[in-house]
Amino acid sequence: MDKQITREIVVNGLWKQNPGLVQLLGLCPILAISTNLINAVSLALATILVMILANLGVAVLRNFIPYEVRIPVFILIIASLVTVVDLAFNAWLHGLYLVLGIFIPLIVTNCIVLARVEAFAAKNDVVHSTLDGLAQGTGLLAVLAVLGAMREIIGSGTLFSGIDLLIDGARPLSLFGDDYPGFLLAILPPGAFFALGLLIALRNWIEGRAAARRHRQAALPPAVEAGTA
Amino acid sequence: MSAEHTATATSLRSAGVMLAFAVVFTLAMAATYRFALPDIEAAREAAKMKLVDAVLPPGRYDNRPLDDSVTIGATPELGLRDGGRIYRARRAGEDVALIVEAAAPDGYGGRIELLVAVGEDGRIAGVRVTGHSETPGLGDYVDPRKDRNKKAPWIDQFRGRGPERAGDLKLKKDGGEFDYHVGATISARAVTGAVARALAWTRAHASELYSAPAGSRL
Repeated sequence: MDKQITREIVVNGLWKQNPGLVQLLGLCPILAISTNLINAVSLALATILVMILANLGVAVLRNFIPYEVRIPVFILIIASLVTVVDLAFNAWLHGLYLVLGIFIPLIVTNCIVLARVEAFAAKNDVVHSTLDGLAQGTGLLAVLAVLGAMREIIGSGTLFSGIDLLIDGARPLSLFGDDYPGFLLAILPPGAFFALGLLIALRNWIEGRAAARRHRQAALPPAVEAGTA
Repeated sequence: MSAEHTATATSLRSAGVMLAFAVVFTLAMAATYRFALPDIEAAREAAKMKLVDAVLPPGRYDNRPLDDSVTIGATPELGLRDGGRIYRARRAGEDVALIVEAAAPDGYGGRIELLVAVGEDGRIAGVRVTGHSETPGLGDYVDPRKDRNKKAPWIDQFRGRGPERAGDLKLKKDGGEFDYHVGATISARAVTGAVARALAWTRAHASELYSAPAGSRL
């Protein structure tokens, strides 16, 4: 496997083409389920699983899929995989299944899954496609985790609430004591837009500074950079 | 070969491929379903049992309330539009409690679904919210999972309440005995009202509810 390509896939998924902050695909679950960290991470993990399997499946089968009907076939593959993941959550992670509810089946309609299948897995080999699913999914997971944590800390003053659904008997952290009045806006849907907006702004700011630095370095002659000016 | 012929061939081929994919993936889903079904049913049962445990301590009965249940039709007194189930808890054959599905139609965010356990003595053993869409962080304290006061959740005020002073099953604001959070009275008022109605109805029908054969429809 070419190291350069691998690196590019990972950097694209996590930063350059981050699904949550740059491609802005699949916002419905991002905004709806990120009211706390555990929900956000759980849905992201389910999505990663679907993305890996969908990319893998499509990369394996791509030579059998006629070009004209590729989209319906992709959707069919994705919907089947989501159904399987939904059944698995129902059977083995029932508490989470109840919390995430409709948002697991809705992964089908998350355009990031179809986007990666169509833009990447349909044109690349199995190993790279699987890696792309993992990288893109992890990029989404990172955004969802930060968003969920932000909204939970500001909104309810806790962290890891709902952890007892995953680990029996575990207790969430209460950060500001039991008297924290909460900040409703952060939990309600508008809070998701504000938080996501802040994250996008932060990413653009970092990217802008990096670009400016590259620009400066390119513009200055090496002698100046060495400090002889 | 004419262009028309090629088009027909292409579309037939596409249809065939799509059919093949549909069959294969449907089989995969069906297989997963068959494989996961026993665990799904067990998980559903466990989730329900957890709620029953929350309204009635498991040590108080020795039967299986989920199996010893009756179905009722639409019952306005319980707020049930499409009917619901009532589970009977017994110990050594003696009646212990009725666990009743009920709903408050007038929550701030719509219906609030409840599970109410009424002891054989006519007192409330416990109440739990099983489904609601009250405002997060405001009215949702009626659900103890969302109540920030973990030591004395709001919903625990129902425990042990009996019929002797039926008027007490109201918020303090309405002349009763129940605390509420200022600024979020509607959710609490809806739940107390629904529980009061459920208690009265259950007490009035207790003997027929206990004696009906398991699995029957009233």
